[in-house]
Amino acid sequence: MTTIERPTRGFSDLAENDRVAGALYTDPEIFDEEMKKIFYRTWVWVAHESEIPEAGSFKTTQVGDQPVIVTRDRKGNFNTLLNRCRHRGATVCDQRSGKANGFTCPYHNWSYTLDGRLRGIPYPDGYEGVVDKNDFPLQKLRTESYLGMIWATFDQDIEPLEEFLGDAKIWMERFLKQSNGFPTKVLGAHKFRFKGNWKIQLENTTDGYHFPMVHKSWMASVDAETANMMSFMDDPAAETHALGNGHSVAIMAAAHADLDVDNGDEEIQPRFQHLVDELEQAGESPERIRRYMRSMHGCGFNLNMFPNIAMSSSFFRVLVPISVDVTEVWHMAIGMDGGPESINRERLRIHEHFQGPFGFGSPDDAEGWDRVQIGAGGNPNMPILVNRGQNREYTTEEGWPTSHVTDETGMRESYDMWKRMMSDV
Amino acid sequence: MSDVLTFTDTRVLRAIQLVWQEAAVLDAKDYVAWESMYTDDAMYVIPIDPDTDDFASSLNMVYDDKRMRSLRVQRMMQGYAPSAVAAARTVRIVSRFTVEEVDDDAVILRSAQILNAFKRDAFSTIGAEMTHRIALSDDGDKIALKVARLIDSEDAVSASGYLL
Repeated sequence: MTTIERPTRGFSDLAENDRVAGALYTDPEIFDEEMKKIFYRTWVWVAHESEIPEAGSFKTTQVGDQPVIVTRDRKGNFNTLLNRCRHRGATVCDQRSGKANGFTCPYHNWSYTLDGRLRGIPYPDGYEGVVDKNDFPLQKLRTESYLGMIWATFDQDIEPLEEFLGDAKIWMERFLKQSNGFPTKVLGAHKFRFKGNWKIQLENTTDGYHFPMVHKSWMASVDAETANMMSFMDDPAAETHALGNGHSVAIMAAAHADLDVDNGDEEIQPRFQHLVDELEQAGESPERIRRYMRSMHGCGFNLNMFPNIAMSSSFFRVLVPISVDVTEVWHMAIGMDGGPESINRERLRIHEHFQGPFGFGSPDDAEGWDRVQIGAGGNPNMPILVNRGQNREYTTEEGWPTSHVTDETGMRESYDMWKRMMSDV
Repeated sequence: MSDVLTFTDTRVLRAIQLVWQEAAVLDAKDYVAWESMYTDDAMYVIPIDPDTDDFASSLNMVYDDKRMRSLRVQRMMQGYAPSAVAAARTVRIVSRFTVEEVDDDAVILRSAQILNAFKRDAFSTIGAEMTHRIALSDDGDKIALKVARLIDSEDAVSASGYLL
């Protein structure tokens, strides 16, 4: 087995097309450089619009390792503000979410508006001729939204969000069709941490190869129809596309990739019969009921958007890098804002079954990720392989490098972006 | 606030005995015995929202009826789940009992649970406010409801191979 020499300057040489050094998971210096060169320089997903539904709504999160507040101001605009008072640096908000008129630092009561302007300084005479309030707003990140998904960046000169998303936009639109014409709404979030590097999770979302092995216990716990739907190992229609800019999509159930396309073959699963009965009694049309029931399975693909957000099944998967060897994962269940509540409730149950720290799936992923972190510390120069499927990769007419869903095309796309960004001076 | 327990009511003592027995069974990972401690219509819930009682309309970490409990026990024992195979060892203490309701058919107890887990050179601690409704019967007392409200339920909880 060859090893990869640690470069004397920069770290981008540690990633090659088909392999990356284990040090990418274990070296604190690489993590620090990733914060500067990736998380402070690109679009980082921070919120879904439904999480901050009205003027005054806010949530707190991180961009890279820095604390931010995402707000909706009086004009309805979205703002992402560094959660750091301009006076002495205290956080100005320590709630996970809520409604507020503004933010006041608890230390000396400097107060800020929802869009970050410095509104008030107590006992201001000591600052006359010293501080102009216009010069000390909360640091504001550039913030843009697409299809209800909000991203922010410290880089004021970066390309527009939609340009960065590129061909991922096509798949975002398809994913959101499962809301059946209603607005998409975040219903709740499972949060857990694992003792491993953020890229281990980044790789996982479009890694179909692990699924039948790691999630055997979940497969054993679902009905035969669901298990059959996830039996994509030998399905040639199950593919992974590299979409550019680090983004990729892994299609597990091609029949569900676009819910507007229904060839009529699929039978509605018996486990949803109680919902069918309820909707029939409520006077819903057979076509509408069929659409609802097909949407119960989610989108049939995992869309990974570099560096920190994925759309999968019926949830958003957010990764938050905590340190070189700790990562937080949020699995945010989504449903319809409007429409039959019974469908949202059923989706909550489906989400609980797999996701979360006591689910039937995520703990098994985390067990694998923990062990990758420990093992990768054994000779961190030894490569991590991301070469599966190179022998059968081809490029579609859209220009997407493509291979089977069990292949590592998505990881290669992520590491190509990683390498480009880490090469920037 | 409900009354701190006075050790005079045998119905309450029976209920506490069952809660302690459940803790011992879970630490022993005897999941078959654990499953048999619940009534058929019991719910076992670990909510995320610390304030809600409307578990059905909320996202929970665990929301198990009889069927899901059975599937969960199969998962814990079948050997397919890497996290269950490599589950932490646990020692839990359940105490600070207060009585919400008591009659000849059922007792509702609240309690505090501190669970210590050890896995791969690391200890972790989980604190939880517990609610148990114990159905009393001459045929054997059983758990009719268990709600474990983790004190950090809205933050990141480590993925777990064991049950609370």
